[in-house]
Amino acid sequence: MTVKTSIPQDEKLSAGHLACQGCGATLAMRYALKGLGTDTVLVIPACCWTILAGPAPLMSVGVNVVHSPFACAAATATGVSHGLRARGNEKTAVVAWAGDGGTFDIGIQALSGAADRDEDIIYVCYDNEAYMNTGIQRSGGTPAGAWTMTTPGAAGAERPKKDLDAIIEAHHPRYMATATPAYPEDMVRKFKKARDIKGFRFIHILSPCPPGWKYESDETVMLSRLAVQTGMFPIYEVEEGRFKLNVPVAKRKPVAEFLRRQGRFRTMGEPEVAAIQARVDAAWDALNKRA
Amino acid sequence: MPRLTEDPLKTPLIIAGGKPMSANKTGNWRSARPVIHEEKCTGCMICWKFCPEACVTIEGELPKIHMDWCKGCAVCVQECPVDAITLENEEAP
Repeated sequence: MTVKTSIPQDEKLSAGHLACQGCGATLAMRYALKGLGTDTVLVIPACCWTILAGPAPLMSVGVNVVHSPFACAAATATGVSHGLRARGNEKTAVVAWAGDGGTFDIGIQALSGAADRDEDIIYVCYDNEAYMNTGIQRSGGTPAGAWTMTTPGAAGAERPKKDLDAIIEAHHPRYMATATPAYPEDMVRKFKKARDIKGFRFIHILSPCPPGWKYESDETVMLSRLAVQTGMFPIYEVEEGRFKLNVPVAKRKPVAEFLRRQGRFRTMGEPEVAAIQARVDAAWDALNKRA
Repeated sequence: MPRLTEDPLKTPLIIAGGKPMSANKTGNWRSARPVIHEEKCTGCMICWKFCPEACVTIEGELPKIHMDWCKGCAVCVQECPVDAITLENEEAP
């Protein structure tokens, strides 16, 4: 009668939310809540999830939500965490849930402060690589060569993606990890694990976005998987400084397989693709030395 | 510093309440509908696992897609390992 599934069947994400067709960020939230459980408070700054959480009193998540201003998801989460702990509540997980704009750019000061103070929060960045909620403007998370509304023309974004994971790791967090919706078991496990650790935890989720990346909505999971299999987005975790590669990719696919499926890289030439391939190769050499 | 627990607040903790977003039927966003062909379905639940709407439920041994909320993104069609789900155009009412 009961079917065995690889992730918990209990559902905290409610259907009827306002995300675009094939949204990667809703999958991320779905898996995150499966790992975190209901004893959780979400702190959401301006991002797509501000909308997706629902217009009150309607809610698309079965947990408490605090909406925060753009720059201070980590600071607001710090306050919520301190408030709960002062009342003797040691077990409710406080989760800051921000997009890449609210993490890489606008919220980085509050994030850096919270990480440095080792606040008892989980900071999650669901990274769709641009300001998608306001209509696809370039952020620090946008990769070089990508078209956005503010990087028009054939060349796309000039600057490479900011290496946020290195910035966070330099803060010596208790736990940090990367995840993406194509690997739900891995993501659920990481949220479960992060929940049981005290202190500052950080999870970086690559979240494909059909309108922003310009692909058909059915390819969300496929692109998420390709990002890992091409080596563009390695899946790993760092626990108290110990590095572990969770999805080893024995034979990496060419990055072109990931790039050529997306309209935002449509005008990218072969030399630019080769440059990205070289950058990914170098990054993997460094990763393999750590693993 | 004294802990607040020594002087507990009289107000109860606020529990996530309100109504779930499922009151909002998003099925009318759809221009094409996924159809599960039960004779091909192996019950692996990959469509359930990857549904961004969380509108696929497990009914006994088989998945069921709830058309009141399905937006027709077709992630399930793409991910089904045995091609048991096809995408069919919606007819205008």
